[in-house]
Amino acid sequence: MSKDKQSSGAAGKISGFFKWLGSDLADIGTTFTQGDWKTKVSFVIMGFGPLMRGQFLRGAAFLLLEIAFLYYMIAFGAGYLVDFGTLGTQSRGFNPDGTVSYGDNSFLILLYSLLSIILILIFLYVWRLNVRQNKIGEAILKQGKTLPSVKQDFMSLLDKNFDKTLLALPMLGVFLFIMLPIIFMICVAFTNYDANHQAPSQLFTWVGFENFKNLFSFGSTGFGATFLNVLVWTLVWAFFATFLNYFLGMAVAILINKKGIKYKKLWRTILVMTIAVPQFVSLLYVCKLFAADGLVNSYLIRWGLIRTAIPFWENAVLAKIMVIVINLWVGIPYVMLICTGLLMNIPEDLYESAKIDGANPIQMFVKITLPYMLFVTGPFLLTQFTGNLNNFNVIYLLTQGKPQSMNLTGGAGYTDLLVTWLYKMTLNQTDYKMAAVIGIMVFLVTAVVSLVVYNILPSVRDEEGFQ
Amino acid sequence: MAKEQKVHMQHKKLSNGIAYAVLILISIFWLLPFVCLVLQSFRSYILEPGGMVNYLLPKTFSLDSYKFLFSEDCKFFRWYGNTLIIATFVTIFQTIFILSVSYALSRMRFKGRELLMRLWLILGMFPGFLTMICLYFLLKQFGLTQEGAVPGLILIGFASSGMGYYVCKGYFDTIPKSLDEAARIDGANRAQIFTIMLIPLSKPIIIYTALVAFMAPWCDYVFASYVAFGYTDSYNVAVAMQRWVWTNDYQGYFTRFCAGGLLVAIPITILFMCLQKYYVEGVTGGAVKG
Repeated sequence: MSKDKQSSGAAGKISGFFKWLGSDLADIGTTFTQGDWKTKVSFVIMGFGPLMRGQFLRGAAFLLLEIAFLYYMIAFGAGYLVDFGTLGTQSRGFNPDGTVSYGDNSFLILLYSLLSIILILIFLYVWRLNVRQNKIGEAILKQGKTLPSVKQDFMSLLDKNFDKTLLALPMLGVFLFIMLPIIFMICVAFTNYDANHQAPSQLFTWVGFENFKNLFSFGSTGFGATFLNVLVWTLVWAFFATFLNYFLGMAVAILINKKGIKYKKLWRTILVMTIAVPQFVSLLYVCKLFAADGLVNSYLIRWGLIRTAIPFWENAVLAKIMVIVINLWVGIPYVMLICTGLLMNIPEDLYESAKIDGANPIQMFVKITLPYMLFVTGPFLLTQFTGNLNNFNVIYLLTQGKPQSMNLTGGAGYTDLLVTWLYKMTLNQTDYKMAAVIGIMVFLVTAVVSLVVYNILPSVRDEEGFQ
Repeated sequence: MAKEQKVHMQHKKLSNGIAYAVLILISIFWLLPFVCLVLQSFRSYILEPGGMVNYLLPKTFSLDSYKFLFSEDCKFFRWYGNTLIIATFVTIFQTIFILSVSYALSRMRFKGRELLMRLWLILGMFPGFLTMICLYFLLKQFGLTQEGAVPGLILIGFASSGMGYYVCKGYFDTIPKSLDEAARIDGANRAQIFTIMLIPLSKPIIIYTALVAFMAPWCDYVFASYVAFGYTDSYNVAVAMQRWVWTNDYQGYFTRFCAGGLLVAIPITILFMCLQKYYVEGVTGGAVKG
């Protein structure tokens, strides 16, 4: 039943979109037919209408955008866009007279084609704004009112349109540094861009779902077994790293908060050291501490407790346990800080009345503290979990994903998370296509976990629920 | 009655005793690596092995490792300076970006607001390293790699920082909107409300934002090593000192790593401890509101 609802909802959205599109097109049409000649010229020369009506700031902005867009497309974008389907046909080689012929660069073709496509979409939107501006301008003049002056336009950027002023640069930054690269890499996942197809000397091209098939193929050359191995470890790691830290961190917070314990600030400060000291110092040092020739092993040998060094980082199972344990060292203080403040928010009289009823400390914890904390820190647990799925620093600084094994493909090791594997794949193997595929998988895992937790968590669903 | 009280007191003493014992044990575990780091940094790499040894206390106390860091053959202070410059600029721009985005999303209702938030949420679910290849290329086009890696890393550091608005927006949401309305009646425009009223009210969250922004570049290994690849003058401390541990470990750079690490850690730790109050406020607020 709910499924029906959903599908009808989706259908409704689609039909709604087409309805909107139809009415929008109709509106563009009537603006053109009923508009004056200034409006009509504006359909081709953007900003013409506002300029003629004295709105210089708006008019000039539209006109400049159109000129810039056309210049980009003619001088640059169109040439690349033509090759988007093939990503280039002419590889680098030699002309008959012996000079180098540079040929096509698949990387540039893909990147600039995507940029062109996005710019075209933005341009369409701006063009639509331009049309609407003309319509509004005309309507205001018809009513006998005056249009906002240049000064008013400018001032509105500090008041009514302040959001545009504030968001312009951050949005541009996210677009150029996150969105465009991510769209680019999503496309790379469907090409054969790797060490054997390196731009600019070699071409790469579209291969459809080939890489995804490779990821899920369990043959000797396929990535299937390794991927499954890394994925399972990533989830196991994220689970332990999140919940062990959470419960032990809360326990430490309760311990320090305990009545009669003195020097509370001192204990907290000692713990917080691990947050303050940059991780590359502390974790690299700890990594060396447990190395085969590190201090821990040397002292254990000297004291006669062991004969040969414990292979903390060489044994797969031991290395996995070690990263989880050392992550406690990093993570407990963080949870402790958060819990300290929250624990004090629990009304004291709840505990008092529980005590009168004869509850012991454990019962009080399970019945009062835990439900409250779980409720309040629900969102924190979610961000911690997704953060741990992508916890690059702890794994990479401690083990670099090692121990490596011949059983794993793609340069993966037994403590590799998906992200560290992705990093190695990019840097050491220059296997960009598979790195891109793994990146998409990381996204899927994160998205699925977030969605599931979002639907379970009471505090996210219902903000007023706990009273 | 008195006996019962006595038992109760004894019980309390015992449980406090256990608590202290656990706390002391925890403290030892937490501090031991740092103590070892400090001790090993004072081992001379000339008189004793500079690499891994099987004893903790140096046989002679020496400042050789520190002398090396300050000497001509080591670019340690160049790397230190690079990191400091990156961290400072990233802090300034990132704070401005986050405050701007948070104000716009918290106080203003505009078309596409929900869409923007949802889009950024989705983009945030992709691992950051995915952008690496493409960003390297873009930066290279503008000469911002290798020799120009420092400005390049600043750009990478803050350009997309607007996406991290959650904690700050959450804080802005708790400042009553009636204050805004009162200011508007007095004739203030939104820019004035933002700069004159809201920013002074948000001191804790601004300090938190700046502190987090400042600490991140000191740990940045991934992008820094990729963008500065092979050009030692552009390294930051993390990249440079990583190499001492991983590649030159057995030639005796370990004590120098300890010394350098200590010099990096001390100022950062002091800064953090001084601003700890704001940090706790920020993470707690962020944790509860998500």
